[in-house]
Amino acid sequence: MFGFRISPSSAINLDNVSRDRFSELCRIEPDALRCMACGSCSATCPAAEFSGMSVRKVLLYLQRGKEEEAFKIMNNCMLCGKCTMVCPRGINTRHLLLTICRIYEKEDRR
Amino acid sequence: MREIYLSGYNNFVLPFMLGMIFVLSWCIIGAIRVILQLPKEDRKRFFMSLVNPKIMLKNIRDWFCDCLFHVKLWKRNKLLGYMHSSIAFGWFMIIVIGHIEVFLYTPERVHQIWYPIFFRYFVAVTESTMKGSFFFFLMDFFLLVILSGITLAIIKRVRSRLFGMRRTTRASITDLIGLYALWSIFPLRLLAEGFTADISGGSFLTKSLNGVLHSFLSDHMNMLPTWWAYSIALGIFMCILPFSRYMHIPAEILLIPMRNAGIKVRHARKGFAKLQVYSCPSCGVCIDACPMGAVKANIKDTTVYLNRQIKRYNEKRIEEISDKCLLCGKCTALCPVGVEGDRMRIAQRSIRKYNLSPDYSNIDENMLLERCNKFVSSTNNDVSSTQNQKVLYFAGCMTALTPVISKSTQSVLQKAGIKFEMMDKDGGICCGRPMLMAGRKEQAEEMVAKNTAIIKASGADTLLLSCPICYKIFKEKYHLEGIEVIHHTEFFDRLINEGRLSIKGSDTRFVYHDPCELGRGCGVYEEPRRVIGRAGVLVEADKNGKESICCGGSLGSLTLSFERRKALTENALNNLTVASPDVIATACPLCRSTFNRYSDRPVKDIAEIIDEATRRKNR
Repeated sequence: MFGFRISPSSAINLDNVSRDRFSELCRIEPDALRCMACGSCSATCPAAEFSGMSVRKVLLYLQRGKEEEAFKIMNNCMLCGKCTMVCPRGINTRHLLLTICRIYEKEDRR
Repeated sequence: MREIYLSGYNNFVLPFMLGMIFVLSWCIIGAIRVILQLPKEDRKRFFMSLVNPKIMLKNIRDWFCDCLFHVKLWKRNKLLGYMHSSIAFGWFMIIVIGHIEVFLYTPERVHQIWYPIFFRYFVAVTESTMKGSFFFFLMDFFLLVILSGITLAIIKRVRSRLFGMRRTTRASITDLIGLYALWSIFPLRLLAEGFTADISGGSFLTKSLNGVLHSFLSDHMNMLPTWWAYSIALGIFMCILPFSRYMHIPAEILLIPMRNAGIKVRHARKGFAKLQVYSCPSCGVCIDACPMGAVKANIKDTTVYLNRQIKRYNEKRIEEISDKCLLCGKCTALCPVGVEGDRMRIAQRSIRKYNLSPDYSNIDENMLLERCNKFVSSTNNDVSSTQNQKVLYFAGCMTALTPVISKSTQSVLQKAGIKFEMMDKDGGICCGRPMLMAGRKEQAEEMVAKNTAIIKASGADTLLLSCPICYKIFKEKYHLEGIEVIHHTEFFDRLINEGRLSIKGSDTRFVYHDPCELGRGCGVYEEPRRVIGRAGVLVEADKNGKESICCGGSLGSLTLSFERRKALTENALNNLTVASPDVIATACPLCRSTFNRYSDRPVKDIAEIIDEATRRKNR
């Protein structure tokens, strides 16, 4: 009506998603909270071309409980370490990604 | 020789026999277990190598050079080498000559294992053994050699710097018991033989001791306790041996033929890896070698402590130690025994369980191939173009962060008239080495398969690499039959030798940093130096070649954070700048960017240096 429409809410419904895993991740890797979302990692990532990988996005998705989306883009990560080299916050992204692979689980396998 | 005791036995041999039987059965069972734990093809390979005369000859040479003479330690430091080889070779000779004596003089006692060890107690010298003075002399001589070695060992405990070792391993409690038992064995032997020197005969050492301390030694009341003490020292040493670092003595005997058979670490804890752990003599050479030693807190994360923690099954520490390592491979290169610290750590990482595993099946090789199969001929008309050779240039992920290297390399290729194409101009698949270093072998192999398909389909006959990290995996894990894999330093060296590149030297002083993966990893030391030598004056770092110090930026370390690497980089820079060079030259994009961060002088890749040197000519 009048050229406006109501878009679906993008708020995170904590009834549906759990933040437990993200808290656990932050406990093991406090660096996860240091990310300032500058996007340097996205710019250098060689896997971005194939799966849209970006550490920044992975962290954002996980923070919002959108785990499947995070796993999808992480799928092509080659652990080359370029994101670690360029991170202005000095986050050890390689270890962060390995830890995510360790503590998170895919929904269907849970 | 005349025998004094009819039975040829005294109760004091019991501690020795107990230790001997214990240690022998332990080692035999251990050896069988290690061999059974090997994968089937490795076991077959090991047994086949034992009947191969060429490998067997090498085994024998290595047994003598490594176990007895400690040639590698001699090369490190003369005193350290003498200390180890005097004890090892001296003891070996005493055992051998002891057996010869028994064989010659009392052949009926050969089957009594203790007889050669306590020979002097059981026999009396007669005129018929005048010739025996030859053996007696040798026995005393080698005893003296061992005693001198033990004296040095005691000095080393206090002043290890005299032996070229800045830091030594902190001994565990079992190591200390073994150490004190070992130290006491030989003085006790000398004392015990001093008692019987007037009966059983002796030579310059035992006879003169008997003469000097006559009032004490001629009292045979004191004799038996001394022989008991000697036997007990031997018994304690042998009983503690499997639980202390002295396990390396028997373990190394098996390690050498396995290594020569070409067996590699396949499982983190079983088989060859287990053997390596037990072969570690805790000498501590790896502590000084480790580039992380620049920060004192990292000392406990060196290979010797990894081996100790694996023996103790301390999983938490094993994970910490193996994840922290830069995988520069220096401990492996310097280890006198051949414990592969880097491979061991990768193996520890590989047994870790991950819930999520990357999968690269969605990546379209054909799309990537389309980008790199149009080889462009050089536009440089000064040199004859090589139409037949097609060079595929894989710059690598790290070079993408230092594009000056790939630009310079391309410019040099242009000037040399090479027909080439870039494989990853607009991105591509990683070589797989970083993934392999993280211990995720399956994922790395997927990338290797994808890249192999692209390279083979491109029609190239040479694969040129700028990054030593890529170079190592391309050489070791890729099967690119008919395609030559070459690093740009080697390629430039060849181009210069063939006269395709003419460069003009300058008086700039360059120091060359050997990247870990290129030097220790692939054995390329000479070519980069030759190339730099043409472009300027080459000076050397304090530690170079095999002993070069990692820049600290290595992808090998999973847990070392950015801040904690700074001290390592600064330490490596101090080592490089001792000869006050104008420029630090390296051949690795990762080393270049790491050094560049903290260096007070320019850091350049060889490609840049050569590009500039050729430009000088054209000007």
